[in-house]
Amino acid sequence: MTPLLAIQDYRLAFDGFDGTAHVLDGIALELHAGETLGVVGESGCGKSVLARSLLRLNPSPPARVVSGHIRFEGEDVLAMPPARLRALRGRRIAMIFQDPASYLNPLLSIGTQMEDAIRGQDGATGRARPRDAARDRAATLLAAVGLADAPRLLASHPHQLSGGMRQRVLIAMALSGDPALLVADEPTTALDVTVQAQVLALIAGLVRERGLTLMLISHDLGVIAAACARTVVMYAGNIVEDAPTAYLLARPLHPYTRGLLAAVPELDSHGPRPRGIPGGIPSLRSPPPGCRFHPRCDRASALCATEKPGLRELLPGRAVACHHAEV
Amino acid sequence: MDRRLTAYLLRRVALAGIMLFGLVCLTFVIANVAPNDPAALAAGPDAGRSQIEQARRDYGLDRPLHEQFWRYVSDLAQGEFGRSIATGRSVGQDLARYFPATLELCLLAMLIGLAIGVPLGVLSALMKDRWVDHLTRIFAVSGIALPPFWFGLLLQLGFATGLGWLPTSGRLSVMTEPPDPITGLLLTDALLRGQWGVFREGLSYIVLPAIVLSFPCMASILRVNRAEMVEALRADYVMSAQAHGVNPWRIVCVHALRNAMLPTLAIIGLRWGWMMSSTVLVETVFDWPGIGLYAVSSAIAGDFKPVMGVTLIVGLNFMVANLIVDLLYGVLDPRLREG
Repeated sequence: MTPLLAIQDYRLAFDGFDGTAHVLDGIALELHAGETLGVVGESGCGKSVLARSLLRLNPSPPARVVSGHIRFEGEDVLAMPPARLRALRGRRIAMIFQDPASYLNPLLSIGTQMEDAIRGQDGATGRARPRDAARDRAATLLAAVGLADAPRLLASHPHQLSGGMRQRVLIAMALSGDPALLVADEPTTALDVTVQAQVLALIAGLVRERGLTLMLISHDLGVIAAACARTVVMYAGNIVEDAPTAYLLARPLHPYTRGLLAAVPELDSHGPRPRGIPGGIPSLRSPPPGCRFHPRCDRASALCATEKPGLRELLPGRAVACHHAEV
Repeated sequence: MDRRLTAYLLRRVALAGIMLFGLVCLTFVIANVAPNDPAALAAGPDAGRSQIEQARRDYGLDRPLHEQFWRYVSDLAQGEFGRSIATGRSVGQDLARYFPATLELCLLAMLIGLAIGVPLGVLSALMKDRWVDHLTRIFAVSGIALPPFWFGLLLQLGFATGLGWLPTSGRLSVMTEPPDPITGLLLTDALLRGQWGVFREGLSYIVLPAIVLSFPCMASILRVNRAEMVEALRADYVMSAQAHGVNPWRIVCVHALRNAMLPTLAIIGLRWGWMMSSTVLVETVFDWPGIGLYAVSSAIAGDFKPVMGVTLIVGLNFMVANLIVDLLYGVLDPRLREG
């Protein structure tokens, strides 16, 4: 079965005045229809940039594709002409973002923004439906994400809504094109804890009902464990581990993943105290040679400083990029 | 209309009222600290001491300052600006005669400034750091740097004297009968009365001064609009609109431009006031019969009342323009209606 999404050797650099940052360094990832994938990593590890790459949303310049392919349903996103790209955005891959306050236009009403999305998606392949038809569709979508009183909501502006409502509106917009893949970039980070749980439950429910494929980006392992069956761990622009979430949490294979899990505080006071990983994330302008994690790794050897480890599958469905990992 | 919008509107109008009072105070103070004696001026160059004192009593200049101020304000409230010494006419009548010509010139100049400045600003933002952007930057810098009187003379030399395509100066040929006034704006009146010939002739007279007047305005609109568009196109809401598949043109022309227009509007308000006062130079170069030319000829004659009248009118215009800008802000930005 061909995967829904296949990323091969994807390298992305950001050109700046003070040098080139190698933000994504050879990403390889396959995602099959119906999977729920979590992407976890620290701030700056490239997980958001990777998510945006799927829709070619990274502004270029400064972003520059160095190599690789991103194939969605067999078609290379990186080589798409503008018209194909438009037909991809919202209709086949939809995206929700971190801070719903800044990702909604402050000057346009919710109704206008939803209609624009719906009609824009129509327009990518044919004639846009009339505004009132788009408005009816918007009202249906709002109901689907649990927002009542659609007429009033459609007439209101983003600043009149709570953070949770804004995120629901953005989720409704993401559903408007009936996409196959939903990419959620830290969808709960900017929200209150109680609202976080509601929004996460909403996303999980929609994924189940509509048979969506989900790619959920977060720095929070708890969020990912709640919604994703499979998890990849990113470090400094690389995928270092790829495993079913339950296995990853129970028995991490990469030293970095182990470090991440050890840093999670336990509510049970008898458990071990949380430990940080020594050192800091490397500069992406002059990353360390070999394995990018080796300066912080307690298992590093001479080999790690010279040769970059590739992802190798140690067990079926479990891949790790480490010279010293063993089952 | 939206009730919140109405409240916002009323707040702005009240603020403008306070500003108007400040403006009236300011012109009064300026008139009183000016180093000439208005009584001596009114009595004439050969007047004796007693005649000057007589004039002082006639004009009420011997009264205490607060009484003079009260009279000044109550006269103004009745539309009475005083009498021009040079023409002998009331300043109010003169202003009513000259102001429409200036208003027409400034409106056309602002229209040109907007029609060229905003699209070029958007284009430069879309083509940031490419050759189009560099070209508009040179264009804009020259627009701000060229002195208007020099640029005016240059255009006169080129298009009027050299090529002979356009008339050098004035508002209409002396041979042409202007249309019966409806609005006082010659071009509008000619259109309303269906006098195409007069309209075309008026247009040929106004085009050079309007271009000169619009150039600095267009340049600053262009630069501000470009900077704001660059900012808006980088905004998160533009990225999410792209991700949701909104039509790219609609993203640029509505989602981003609407946000970029807020600071641009502020510049437009400021530039309008600036334009009104720079008509003094442009109207002199093009012999345009507006309040700028009126102010210059009155000032040369030492005639103080018309200068004060023109100052008030320009100030009032500035305020009205900024009031309109504030109202447009309220229309464009839903957050302001609740402030």
